[in-house]
Amino acid sequence: MGHSHGHKEILPDEHHITPFSVYMKVALALFALTFLTIAAHSVRQYLGPVAPLVAFAIAGVKAFLVMAWFMHLKYESMENRIVFALGFIFLVVLFGISITDILSRQLISGVL
Amino acid sequence: MGNAAHGSNYINAEKGLMSWLTSLDHKRIGILYFVTILFFFLVGGTFALLLRLELFAPNVNAAGQAVAGAIFKTGDTYNQALTYHGAIMVFMVIVPGIPAIFGNFFLPLQIGAKDVAFPKLNLASWYMLMIGATMAIATMFLNKVDTGWTFYTPYSIRTSGSVSLMIAAVFIMGMSSVFTGLNMIATIHKLRAPGMTFHRMPLFCWAIYSTSILQVLATPILAITLLLLIMERAFGVGIFDPKLGGDPVLFQHFFWFYSHPAVYIMILPAMGVISELLTTYSKKTIFGYTAIAYSSLGIAGVSFFVWGHHMYVSGQSELAGVIFSFLTMLVGVPTAIKMFNWIATLYKGSIEFTASMLYAMGFMFLFVIGGVTGIMLAVLPIDVHFHDTYFVVAHFHYVMVGGTLMALMGAIYHWFPKMFGKMYSEALARASFVFVFIGFNVTFFPQFILGGMGMPRRYFDYIPAYEQLNKISTVGSWLIGIGFLIGLVSIIQALRSGAKAPANPWGSKTLEWHTESPPITHNFSHEPHVTEGPYEYK
Amino acid sequence: MSTSKMINGVPVQEHFKNAHHQFDTAKMGIWLFMATEILMFGGLFVGYAIFHMMYPEMFAEGARFLDWKLGFVNTLVLIFSSLTMALGIHFIQMNQIKKAVWALAITIVCGAIFMVIKYFEYTHKFHMGIFPGNLLDIAKLNEHLTAQGLDTVKSTNLGMYFGFYFCMSGLHGIHVIIGMGLITWCLIRAVRGDFNPNYYTAVEGVGIFWHIVDLVWIFLFPLLYLVG
Repeated sequence: MGHSHGHKEILPDEHHITPFSVYMKVALALFALTFLTIAAHSVRQYLGPVAPLVAFAIAGVKAFLVMAWFMHLKYESMENRIVFALGFIFLVVLFGISITDILSRQLISGVL
Repeated sequence: MGNAAHGSNYINAEKGLMSWLTSLDHKRIGILYFVTILFFFLVGGTFALLLRLELFAPNVNAAGQAVAGAIFKTGDTYNQALTYHGAIMVFMVIVPGIPAIFGNFFLPLQIGAKDVAFPKLNLASWYMLMIGATMAIATMFLNKVDTGWTFYTPYSIRTSGSVSLMIAAVFIMGMSSVFTGLNMIATIHKLRAPGMTFHRMPLFCWAIYSTSILQVLATPILAITLLLLIMERAFGVGIFDPKLGGDPVLFQHFFWFYSHPAVYIMILPAMGVISELLTTYSKKTIFGYTAIAYSSLGIAGVSFFVWGHHMYVSGQSELAGVIFSFLTMLVGVPTAIKMFNWIATLYKGSIEFTASMLYAMGFMFLFVIGGVTGIMLAVLPIDVHFHDTYFVVAHFHYVMVGGTLMALMGAIYHWFPKMFGKMYSEALARASFVFVFIGFNVTFFPQFILGGMGMPRRYFDYIPAYEQLNKISTVGSWLIGIGFLIGLVSIIQALRSGAKAPANPWGSKTLEWHTESPPITHNFSHEPHVTEGPYEYK
Repeated sequence: MSTSKMINGVPVQEHFKNAHHQFDTAKMGIWLFMATEILMFGGLFVGYAIFHMMYPEMFAEGARFLDWKLGFVNTLVLIFSSLTMALGIHFIQMNQIKKAVWALAITIVCGAIFMVIKYFEYTHKFHMGIFPGNLLDIAKLNEHLTAQGLDTVKSTNLGMYFGFYFCMSGLHGIHVIIGMGLITWCLIRAVRGDFNPNYYTAVEGVGIFWHIVDLVWIFLFPLLYLVG
């Protein structure tokens, strides 16, 4: 191929290998959090308006565990993390501006 | 590798139609896009000519008598033709146009890569566009669609046309667009030749990069919107349907969250082309490389925050309108940065008025008009007056035709010798410019005035007061038609009997001119080593 | 173009320097695609959030008809499948292909269990006259409710809640089925001996896709079944 610039050779250990035990711990944590969600759900009349927040906070922690360890984002390059994060960021933009419109229609003029 | 010595190139490397339809070579896939998009353009252009022909005279004269010569029997037929003109030109011509043809062909060459990152996905993207296009065209023979290319609810939920099939078609073409964008981003990040840093990339690559970000981040929202619209038609899920408490304005929010960035998907690659043309034909280093490069990203970023300027009068709140009006003004900043830098590039350059350069100049002239009227329309109170009039029609045609299509023609003439290894007739190419440029202004400038006089868009008839300007506009459309036909003739003539093109007929500095015309299958016989910026003219 | 050459048991396409370069590029492509998946599902979540804010009572009434126990079991099934998917990749990295094949097979089975439970949920809804949007059969539903001695439906636009329910869980279900197909493809290739510790790009990519499916469900479960 003309000049060879292959200064990087393949090294078998270039991929990060997460130990088996770590996967097990993460899975256990995910199961535990799922049970916690249900526990919080069963006492929702005491939690009142906080109940949804609790449910989504737990879901958020679970999502973090899945992304960081199962999806290997913890060991992923910054480039790819930004790419994935952009998806969420632009979702917030869509939500933020649409809801501004709808709420201000309701609050200012009282019609939808 | 030594193929070059035997005169082998990507065109004659393999023979037969199947070798093209199964090719994973980015250059061959670029040619597939070139041929098919050219075809779609002719179809969409024919619809445009028919629409203008209908508007040549009002159907009813001042005395209230019917006038002969209407080509569409009913307003419905006109609405259908309007829908197909819009949908074909937007989804099948301008959105895939420059990125899929020239991005595919030249981006890998410009950064010194052997191919795009995912060649199979690249071919699959072309097939997706073909499947989507076939479905869209199929609706013409089933129940014709008359919603306009925007598919606004609730009308699109209730109308009897094959809207679902059309929407499914757009969904698939959207996927094609996403995968093309994804491919380009990965290619730019991972496949640059040694020494090709981000800041040594040609500005065309920066433009394609910004476009690709938009394609990847905006199109999924269109996808889910269209899926929901299909569900709405099938089951009446009620999300966009006021009957169940749904919100049609939310459909517009979702739709324009994609479709406004899509406007920049259409124009950013054109801006990239212009940067290439201006430096090459004025033999001068681009002025303000970094400013132009980052203003592309700036436009891409801002474009996500301005979609509501399409919705000033469709029921969104005054607060949202004011916010969007303010944010929309911001688009003018990075765009003006580009314009000023381009003009500064020309200063004291040795300008050659080749056909490509003429198209680039035409772009600058028309795009300024399109852009400045855009700023006018961004102003909330002015837009309330101009909304849904011919002023808007003129504005976006100045941007999309005066901008994108001019750049597309410029790009074809600039890169044609490289793509096909043949030279075209400069005289014919210039003639096509003269007709397109004059015809364009004759067609669309009167529409600004018609809009100011209050002529509403999307109607098949008008009051006699608008007749004179409409006549001028229709005559202009014929001139544009002649211009593009001359362009087509010049291409066919060059392909049949053009002189052999040298490797670098224009004395350009970017990498694609450092290989043979047409390039060999592997692009470069030696992997290029980049040691300087792309436009080191003097 | 794009013919491959073998380097250390890895088929490397010609435009890449080496296996690592190819793997890195593929990973970037996969993450870009995942961002689009997030945005596509996200569009639905945004719609749900907006209408939930507009019609809180109607959404609460709709959620009453969902059985959180089924959603709960499905959550556990999907989390377990995510674990086995991750382990599948882990075993390939350790060159224990046989174990990897088992892990992938279990993942597919979990996906199937998930879909079977969904099938029973859906048919039960249809039986009660619960369909999305305009198709919602309120008369039939009220009949069921009075037979069980429960209050009849109050909201006039309950169909919209089920519009969201069927669209969101349906789109998710389609992704589960696509994921099962992709994992089957990986499984066949693994059995065929295509993969080794230096080459498992396809499994890595499909794995990330499968975790996205799990990720979406992690939010769908509280959204549809618990919060309402």
